[in-house]
Amino acid sequence: MDFKDTPQEAEFRAEARAWLDANAKLKDPNSSEGFGMFSERENPDMIKRAQAWQAKKADAGWACITWPKEYGGRGGTVMENIIFNQEERRYETPPNVFGIGIGMAGPTIMTHGTEEQKKRHLPPMARGDIIWCQLFSEPGAGSDLAALRTRSERQGDEWVVNGQKVWTSGAHYSKWGILVTRSDFDAPKHKGLTYFVVDMESPGIEVRPIKQMTGGANFNEVFFSDVRIPDTNRLDAVGNGWSVAITTLMNERMSIGTGMNLAPADAFDELRRLAESAYLDGAPAIENSLVRNRIAEFYTRLKSLELTGYRTLSYISRGAMPGTESAVLKLAGGILLQEMSAFAMELQGPLGIEHGADASFNHGLFQDIYLGIPAMRIAGGSDEVQRNVIGERELGLPQENRVDKGVPFKDVPTGA
Amino acid sequence: MNFLFDEDQDALRDAARKLLADKATLEAFHKHMEAGSTHDAELWGLMAENGYLGIGIPEEFGGAGMGALNQVVVAEELGYCLAHTPYTASISGAAEAIMLAGSETQKQAHLPGLASGELIGTIAYFEANGRHDAAGMQAQVKNGKLTGTKVPVMDAEIADFAVVSAQDERGALSLYIVRLDQPGIKRQSIKTIELHRKLAEVQFDQVEAELLGGQGSGAELLDQLLNRMAILVAFEQLGGAQRCLEMARDYALERYIFGRPLGTYQGIKHRISDMYMRIELARSNCFFGAWALNSSPEDLPEAAALARGAACDAYEFAAQENLHVHGGIGFTWEANCHMFVKRMRLLDALLGGRMLWRERLFKALQAKAA
Ligand SMILES: Cc1cc2nc3c(=O)[nH]c(=O)nc-3n(C[C@H](O)[C@H](O)[C@H](O)COP(=O)(O)OP(=O)(O)OC[C@H]3O[C@@H](n4cnc5c(N)ncnc54)[C@H](O)[C@@H]3O)c2cc1C
Repeated sequence: MDFKDTPQEAEFRAEARAWLDANAKLKDPNSSEGFGMFSERENPDMIKRAQAWQAKKADAGWACITWPKEYGGRGGTVMENIIFNQEERRYETPPNVFGIGIGMAGPTIMTHGTEEQKKRHLPPMARGDIIWCQLFSEPGAGSDLAALRTRSERQGDEWVVNGQKVWTSGAHYSKWGILVTRSDFDAPKHKGLTYFVVDMESPGIEVRPIKQMTGGANFNEVFFSDVRIPDTNRLDAVGNGWSVAITTLMNERMSIGTGMNLAPADAFDELRRLAESAYLDGAPAIENSLVRNRIAEFYTRLKSLELTGYRTLSYISRGAMPGTESAVLKLAGGILLQEMSAFAMELQGPLGIEHGADASFNHGLFQDIYLGIPAMRIAGGSDEVQRNVIGERELGLPQENRVDKGVPFKDVPTGA
Repeated sequence: MNFLFDEDQDALRDAARKLLADKATLEAFHKHMEAGSTHDAELWGLMAENGYLGIGIPEEFGGAGMGALNQVVVAEELGYCLAHTPYTASISGAAEAIMLAGSETQKQAHLPGLASGELIGTIAYFEANGRHDAAGMQAQVKNGKLTGTKVPVMDAEIADFAVVSAQDERGALSLYIVRLDQPGIKRQSIKTIELHRKLAEVQFDQVEAELLGGQGSGAELLDQLLNRMAILVAFEQLGGAQRCLEMARDYALERYIFGRPLGTYQGIKHRISDMYMRIELARSNCFFGAWALNSSPEDLPEAAALARGAACDAYEFAAQENLHVHGGIGFTWEANCHMFVKRMRLLDALLGGRMLWRERLFKALQAKAA
């Protein structure tokens, strides 16, 4: 065990830092641009900036560090990836809109795709040229994803898809999507699914924005009317969509979970600055022992997230399967950020109700987090789903009695 | 960077767990409770024989010189089985204090005996007024003689010596080594909620005290010692919490209610998952603590408080919720649940609870930022 860099790692870190110094600006701690979690619908300019940054990284060999070179990565190690991420977060960079592609679609294609599919999709994904969205959830299928009913029917070398997806983040700027459909309604629920990659410009796809509680609209509903998908865009076997989807969901949990390990740390620096400037009952808040205690408690929890993230990645670098540690990270991270942002708003007194970049404290950062964080506790497997995952997969506790298994999907009860 | 234990530590853990699974059973533990014994002398002897006591003690002083990374593995296993030994007082406390502040002669005089288990030491730093800071300290050393009272002192009844904090003539805090077999020393055991580990009030009346570390450097040394102890104790807490998680899981699998296993109910399943979550998060902080203890002294103040805060939280949650998952049986004397609750409280109390350590953490952060 050693929490310090080896000489090679230190060299890698220096190299990363030199490249970042030459290509990006260090964050100015006093002018936080804002966290902006789901706050506004992404505008084309922001997407362009994000793509330009990703392409720059890719061209210099800093994108998808652990991916093989032939698929647009660096062929580097998990540790190198950790180091680059640690360094990159010190710089001002555009929001990352590639999480669904690189974090979820990429590993799924890597596992289940044909060589042709990998060669075609992975390099432009790594470079940010093509942005991906995830067409999984439906009005009747969220946590219970396998209840989905978007229908796919084979016609020769093509499939015809009809149905509706919902909560599709970034569908409005994504060029491709990963899609799970039901190809067999007579098969049991988990057996009749088939998984595709789909060109979002295909005729018959309609994307409509949905406004969120933040006021922004990062997600959408997506309608499929007789959309034709070539069979060459099917991932894995017909009827095997559930196991492909599980790969995506595991990677989603990993990518949100390990992505989560540093988010509270960023907010924490702001929290400390806030406590130094805020007053509580006529005295500097920072001198109040309740405030100090709470801040130390948050720090204890966020360090444990950060360190657990690294520990998880270390396991994986030793060849272990991503386990339930990422469920722990996602669950604990959402709760921590919710409590931290509420605490910060309380420190602001009556001004805690302000919102927006002109707010008196922290450019409205904590209000942004506070408004966005409920989504973190729902999307990508809700808190309850994570607790089931830990209880059942990690600890071997039995599933509840289920009425949806072993019967044809069309006979499974629905609320409607 | 490497955030995991290596194979050596895994092997040590397996060996220690095997020994303890045989010898430190919860049945034996019950027997000791009923008998009111001071400690499990047989287990203590076996641990010494297997070299577990001297793991963190350098070879030239009779130890194995394997460092803190290995030492914590044993501490965790002891916590897992609620070992009834003076390990915390003698090894995590007294031995650490002497390694930290002792002269060559003092190390030669004490460490080999501590490593072999023949000598038992303890730490006496807290007083009946609820304070251990220099200004509030009443114990005093004049002309090499200590007068005052310390409470609670762990394993005082069986300890051969104590590391005691006291004011010197000039009102500054120093640490002293005090042999406990001197006339002028009274050890009075105190009643506590933990029925195994024995705590006492120790009165010193004009007894010989040998300076440990620099004159007047006691506050600073005590501070460092508490950091070191906090990390070792955090591993005991982690082990105890892990055992509670396993007990709760096993019971949830075996107990049927309304025709199905208790563990199928989310009210229970999710609680047990939360135990796991808190323990795994605490484990990471403990790892960081172990590493700092082993090789990064500048990180110790922060790392110790991080490990301590998370371990106290995780153990409290796990011990209480484990009892709760067991229902009525969990509340009985016969069941093992309450023993973990009580040990948890003991380890929480020993070094001061979370409020203290959060303030210490806050100060460490301020110092780092400055
Ligand atoms: C901001 C945002 C972005 C999203 N982006 C995408 C996207 O890009 N692509 C996509 O496909 N989906 C996306 N989603 C959808 C997301 O994955 C679902 O919202 C999520 O899976 C929950 O499903 P649901 O909304 O249908 O809620 P439900 O599943 O109906 O859950 C309702 C409540 O029931 C609880 N619950 C559910 N199952 C259980 C159970 N077994 N035991 C106990 N309690 C349970 C839940 O925790 C929740 O509290 C996004 C969601 C949000 C909020």
